[in-house]
Amino acid sequence: MSPFYKFGYFGDEASFIIAFITGIGFGFFLEKGGFGSGNKLAAQFYFKDLTVFKVMFTAIITAMLGIFFLGAFGLMDISMVYTTDTFMIPQIVGGLLLGLGFVVGGYCPGTSIVSCSIGRIDPIFYVIGIFVGIFIYGEVYPFISGFANSTPMGRITIPEYFNISYGIIVFLVVLMAIGGFIGSEWVEKKYGYKKGDGK
Amino acid sequence: MENEIKKDSKSPKPYWNPYLAGLGLGLVLLASFVIMGRGLGASGAMSSAVAAGVSVVAPGHAMSNEFYKEYLGDGTKNPLKDWLVFEVIGVFVGGFLSGTFSHRIKRSVEKGPQYTDKKRFVFAFVGGILMGFGAKLGRGCTSGQALTGGSMLNLGSWAFMLCVFAGAYAFAYFVRRQWL
Repeated sequence: MSPFYKFGYFGDEASFIIAFITGIGFGFFLEKGGFGSGNKLAAQFYFKDLTVFKVMFTAIITAMLGIFFLGAFGLMDISMVYTTDTFMIPQIVGGLLLGLGFVVGGYCPGTSIVSCSIGRIDPIFYVIGIFVGIFIYGEVYPFISGFANSTPMGRITIPEYFNISYGIIVFLVVLMAIGGFIGSEWVEKKYGYKKGDGK
Repeated sequence: MENEIKKDSKSPKPYWNPYLAGLGLGLVLLASFVIMGRGLGASGAMSSAVAAGVSVVAPGHAMSNEFYKEYLGDGTKNPLKDWLVFEVIGVFVGGFLSGTFSHRIKRSVEKGPQYTDKKRFVFAFVGGILMGFGAKLGRGCTSGQALTGGSMLNLGSWAFMLCVFAGAYAFAYFVRRQWL
């Protein structure tokens, strides 16, 4: 029965080794997908190269289907998998700020680490910026904690919120992703970098 | 693509097909769910580092702040001895390994052809600040919210993810010279 850690199959010390190995896999596939390049990441937002969307949504539907079927076959207790509580308005504002930071800075936190690892210099400034941003957040937290913890909705999923079965939402997300992939290929043909653009 | 210019062994190999890279990433995420009962993250590790730094410089100040305290606990444990910290060190190693195998390790700056390095560094720094602040307000970043929460069908994660794309697309025009 999974998750193994939650059922006590191994302890904290072993979990750190697993964390390290998991991270290696995470960083490896991010780099293989081209996520170490700020140019490639930013190209997503100019319809030049939709790799960000394609990699992200392939990963999301892969993991989503995995959890769904493991849960359906009784191999995983999904309620024991950690997921954050929803705070709707702060998460909407946070998401907008993050998107802004993404296109201005060129990375998200994970991809900036990958970009540093392959020798890029600009993500070093970006990572320092993240530290400063978190520090500013920490320092102003006492003044904004009311807003930061507003509209709490607890642990809630899309199927629960809309009262639609889990399986149907999974199916719709897969359909939406496939539609998105087809659309992405079309957009890249129309607006993407052509051979000889030097990209 | 650079790999089309020269075919010698030192030129970078092409990136993987995005669907294949995405599948690999999804399987890593799924393995993390199955083994650990949690997903991936990145900004959380950086928060631990910031909290640890503040507690070294000003311990009293750190412990009186609810935000830092979340990462410092009761003060008896090293905040850097944290799952996400080890995971992020792995991310660096994994990226380096892939970059080495693909001959992509290179000291360079990612930017459009018209942009100066100095301006790019300022934008990277400012973007990082926005990202750090936004990730804390949003309770995670692209890894913890969009990927992990997204695959769990977490309601807030999906709202967050849509807003990340909305924010980036809405502002892209104003920084286009940096990239195009």
